[in-house]
Amino acid sequence: MARMKFLCDADRCIECNACVTACKNEHEVPWGINRRRVVTLNDGKPGERSISMACMHCTDAPCQAVCPVDAFYTTADAVVLHSKDICIGCGYCFYACPFGAPQYPRIGNFGTRGKMDKCTFCAGGPEPDGSAAEYEKYGANRLAEGKLPLCAEMCSTKSLLAGDGDIIAQIYKERVVTRGYGSGAWGWKTAYGETVSS
Amino acid sequence: MTALAAKLRWLLFALTLFTGFLLAGSATAQQASSVDPNASAVKEDQLLQQLHTVRGLGSIPDSKSYTLEQLAGPEWRHYHEVTLRWIGAICILGALAVLIFYYLTRGMIRIESGRSGRAIVRFGPYERFIHWMMAACFVILALSGLNITFGRPLLLPLMSPEAFSTLSAWSKYAHNYLSFPFTLSVILMFFMWVADNLPTRVDIEWLKRGGGMIGHDHPPAYRFNAGQKLLFWIVFLGGSAAAISGYMLIFPFYGTDVHTMQLAEIGHSIIAMLFIGTMLAHIYIGTIGMEGAFEAMGSGTVDVNWAKEHHQLWLEDEKAKARQAPAQARPSASPGD
Repeated sequence: MARMKFLCDADRCIECNACVTACKNEHEVPWGINRRRVVTLNDGKPGERSISMACMHCTDAPCQAVCPVDAFYTTADAVVLHSKDICIGCGYCFYACPFGAPQYPRIGNFGTRGKMDKCTFCAGGPEPDGSAAEYEKYGANRLAEGKLPLCAEMCSTKSLLAGDGDIIAQIYKERVVTRGYGSGAWGWKTAYGETVSS
Repeated sequence: MTALAAKLRWLLFALTLFTGFLLAGSATAQQASSVDPNASAVKEDQLLQQLHTVRGLGSIPDSKSYTLEQLAGPEWRHYHEVTLRWIGAICILGALAVLIFYYLTRGMIRIESGRSGRAIVRFGPYERFIHWMMAACFVILALSGLNITFGRPLLLPLMSPEAFSTLSAWSKYAHNYLSFPFTLSVILMFFMWVADNLPTRVDIEWLKRGGGMIGHDHPPAYRFNAGQKLLFWIVFLGGSAAAISGYMLIFPFYGTDVHTMQLAEIGHSIIAMLFIGTMLAHIYIGTIGMEGAFEAMGSGTVDVNWAKEHHQLWLEDEKAKARQAPAQARPSASPGD
């Protein structure tokens, strides 16, 4: 089994937001929720960089640790998923997540946020793979079909990489060696406790 | 002649062009080796060290999503997973241990001179209503709050995940909605009892003699002794702080962001744990800790001997009032005489 990870090559990202759009469309993500988003740092200044960010499917995930009802689970591919049937919408995973991944369908006055929603690495939820119930709650399960997350698959500059951690780290290392520079694998230290050094 | 001049001019032109190319070529070669596209680029480590959080701009209307990374999250996680559980365990188990030890060594504090059989009104119906409204809300708020911190390790193993989820969802709603009557009762309690809870010189003497629980005698007290006054201020200040921090969490993103909500949760939970420990002691004294104390909030009356021993000055005041009341009532009741 692979250890699935995301890696965004900030030196390639052109802030086209196609990953954001692809994700929304593929999973019919409700209005107001963006499982993936692109953040631009130093916008308009020299050294501007854009990074596409979603749930990083952390090793020892903070959301999973703080959940009062133990709604999260980690798959054999190390993808961090959750059950919307167990979730009580308390918001604790949102406080704990370093990447701002957990979101709620409603503003949530009086604690009525609704069930938490976040990136599933296109791996659905606890329902049977590819079932209608799974699609309705979590979106498409591409991983069960042998496909990788759509955001990375259709990235026009191949900035966003998704897949086995060792393989995407190797691809990134080769790029850094070839072009002679790299601003690092954003979020890896926080999510996985390691960095990619060329 | 003209032909030679033309040839020379061509040669000169070609030479100039060639040197021009040469110069330009060397210049581009120099440029390529000196430019590093990443020289001025933002570095993740640097940003995280400087700011603890990385924030930029995005194309989505939701400005919350412009925060790329916040390290306060994993720190809050450590607080919630480790620190808060220790605070809770110390506050609750510590309070219970002290109370059990106290009960085993001192036992119930009796009315020394026995019951007189005569009762005096201590708390009226309105006062008791406010007290019990607050108490009922507090018990449910405390239990539902503790479920968020300790339910997963203690309750979840005893039932199915679905049952625990349903229980937690209902306790969350109870926690959110009972906060309103609780807050109301804290406000009403403040106006009802603040006059009797301002510190006076008698309290210093009371504290010096260790009150009724630590000391072995009965230092005089007015309506509320120094211990009760302390409790009043703990309930008022603690209850207000718990309410404010709680409402910051019930209404997310109204002037708050993820960081202020993390801080609100830390404040809310520490206050709650201290509050629960304090209330365990309050419940102890009000029930098995002291003979004749529960009646004050139960029926509203206390035995006169109890009042003499614990609130001597208050009893004298009440007696004086009772003597004055008929005297005052007489002239106003018979103006036509």
